[in-house]
Amino acid sequence: MSRLADGQLLSSPAPGASVPGADGGTGRESGFWASTRLVAQREITTQIRGKSFWITFGVLVVALFAGAVLPGLLGGEGDAPTVAVVGQDTARAVQATDLQARVVDSLDEARALVRAGDVDAAVVGDPGSATGLRVIALNEVPLRVAAALVQTPEVDLLEPGAASEGARYMATFVFALVFFMFTMTGIGIAQSVVIEKQTRIVEILAATVPVRALLTGKIVAFSMLTFGQVAVLAIVAPIALRAGDQDALLSLIAPGLGWFVPFFVLGYVLLAAMWAAAGALVSRMEDLGSSSSLVMMLVMLPYFGVIFFQRNELVMTILSYVPFSSAVAMPVRMFADDPQPWEPFVSLGLLAATLVTCILVGSRIYTGALLQTGARVRLSRAWAGADTP
Amino acid sequence: MLELRSISRSFNGTKVLNDISFDVAPGRITGFVGANGSGKTTTMRIILGVLAAHGGTVRWRGAPITQSVRQRFGYMPEERGLYPKMKVSEQIVYLARLHGLSHTDAKRNTAALLDRLELSARAQDPVEKLSLGNQQRVQICAALVHDPELLILDEPFSGLDPLAVETVLGVLREYAARGVPVLFSSHQLELVERLCDDLVIISAGTIAASGNREELRAKHATPRFELVVDGDAGWVRDQPGVTVVELDGARVVFDVATDAAAQPVLREAVNRGFVHSFGKVMPSLAEIFREVV
Repeated sequence: MSRLADGQLLSSPAPGASVPGADGGTGRESGFWASTRLVAQREITTQIRGKSFWITFGVLVVALFAGAVLPGLLGGEGDAPTVAVVGQDTARAVQATDLQARVVDSLDEARALVRAGDVDAAVVGDPGSATGLRVIALNEVPLRVAAALVQTPEVDLLEPGAASEGARYMATFVFALVFFMFTMTGIGIAQSVVIEKQTRIVEILAATVPVRALLTGKIVAFSMLTFGQVAVLAIVAPIALRAGDQDALLSLIAPGLGWFVPFFVLGYVLLAAMWAAAGALVSRMEDLGSSSSLVMMLVMLPYFGVIFFQRNELVMTILSYVPFSSAVAMPVRMFADDPQPWEPFVSLGLLAATLVTCILVGSRIYTGALLQTGARVRLSRAWAGADTP
Repeated sequence: MLELRSISRSFNGTKVLNDISFDVAPGRITGFVGANGSGKTTTMRIILGVLAAHGGTVRWRGAPITQSVRQRFGYMPEERGLYPKMKVSEQIVYLARLHGLSHTDAKRNTAALLDRLELSARAQDPVEKLSLGNQQRVQICAALVHDPELLILDEPFSGLDPLAVETVLGVLREYAARGVPVLFSSHQLELVERLCDDLVIISAGTIAASGNREELRAKHATPRFELVVDGDAGWVRDQPGVTVVELDGARVVFDVATDAAAQPVLREAVNRGFVHSFGKVMPSLAEIFREVV
């Protein structure tokens, strides 16, 4: 009893805390956040020291650049097609397009150039056709040439949509893909939980800090890493798109980003809590697949949901309120459709409420299953076993 | 002082702990013995708050145990565990910080402890690269690095090589000498006998016996004596009221009805010649254990 110096010892006990642990783990202690911070720090250090983190991130950056630059290089769409042109009237018609004209003297000469592959097609006058023009190509219909020569009448939209069909598709695809990829990396949380169970260090940890601090620390760490990665990608994306000469895409999607960010953040944390619970239910890495299949489905739901049903207004409206898919569906609707101003707030509120519920349920499952080793823990047992402090 | 009062706990409706009460006194080493599955680990987990009790109280220095109090306990679980890929010193520093130490204190304590357990040379190696014996030493560091106010060790000697056993014995005695209550469980009854001041014997979830080791031995002692003489001791068999338990040439162990009844045997021995030794035989821990369980 010689070391009674510590003032904390003299603090009065919480009333009704006669059963050991009845007071613990609720995070009321000032030590909760200190422990959470330590756990998060260790988790971040471990992750960024690991190869897989950088490999995944590197693949993402490379894929981003490849996606931006390669279509321009491979598709050859950068250069306008070249055409051989016969006749003054024809030349005038071609000049009005972005086609590269090469004026030749005769039809035969034009045919020869097409056969030699020196030009993509030949454009000649044809009084018999509606446009007064005829296109000659080698073995396939030169769609770009044909399209360039079509005269589109001016169009006035009486009720213009918020975004074009193409922009809507791109925004849906990009939001869904980003959400899908990063929530999938949440499996790292499950793995980190399993490692602690498998190596049995979890008992020392649970005897030292509140179990919820362990859970919170992991979620905080992985969220910070993910948001950091997304932020870096957000900075790199414009550079990649400029390199691929596709700046237009960025300005297309930009208006939707404002709503995507809060939905992404809440949606990610929601799934992170579920990944942690999935990890706690098993004791060996090999068993992780069985317990995480539900989470996996919930990760895929928004991805396939919005990709398949992006044109179906009713389904999209429903998806934009279902907490797991709302993270993608609501920002898409905000961008492409014109929902009522209150809609995103209601959806965000639903998402936040689900998040809180999920964290409470998830942490109970985590607590209940954490110290049970051996076979996969059934959900009901994890729930019942949570009478640990 | 750590006090357990009427602790009970069930798993899936089966009662595994029933009315467990005992104390772990400051400055004393308390041995906790019992067969496999008798409830030792469950009791220790309840003290550490890893499991909740279904009834009863655990009090530390007269007050219920809160998270911040528990943070200053040292615990070595039976199921050892460390992060295999984390470096030894980094890992110990991390655990020390979870116990509430500042970074400076954590580093200082870790260095001192690794030195004490002769692990300094391995401080920068990942734990998985160490031999099993050395991993056990790291595990001990993990339990001690924050200078705990109470030590709870579940089978601290299992898996230790004889040298490490001596080191751990030394460390536990040192902590007890500083006034820290130490509770440890062990299957190795000879070690418990050597080390502990107090004893708690648990059997099928209830306390079979507990208290001061010497008092327990005296309480369970039968009037049994050992006599070593010159020459053959076979004559003791013919003494009235004596039951010979063991006879080995000059050495004899015998039971009598009361302590006083042994005196005539000693007188006879002195009459017959030289007496090397004569004394009461105290029961070993193993014998007490067999008797109470």
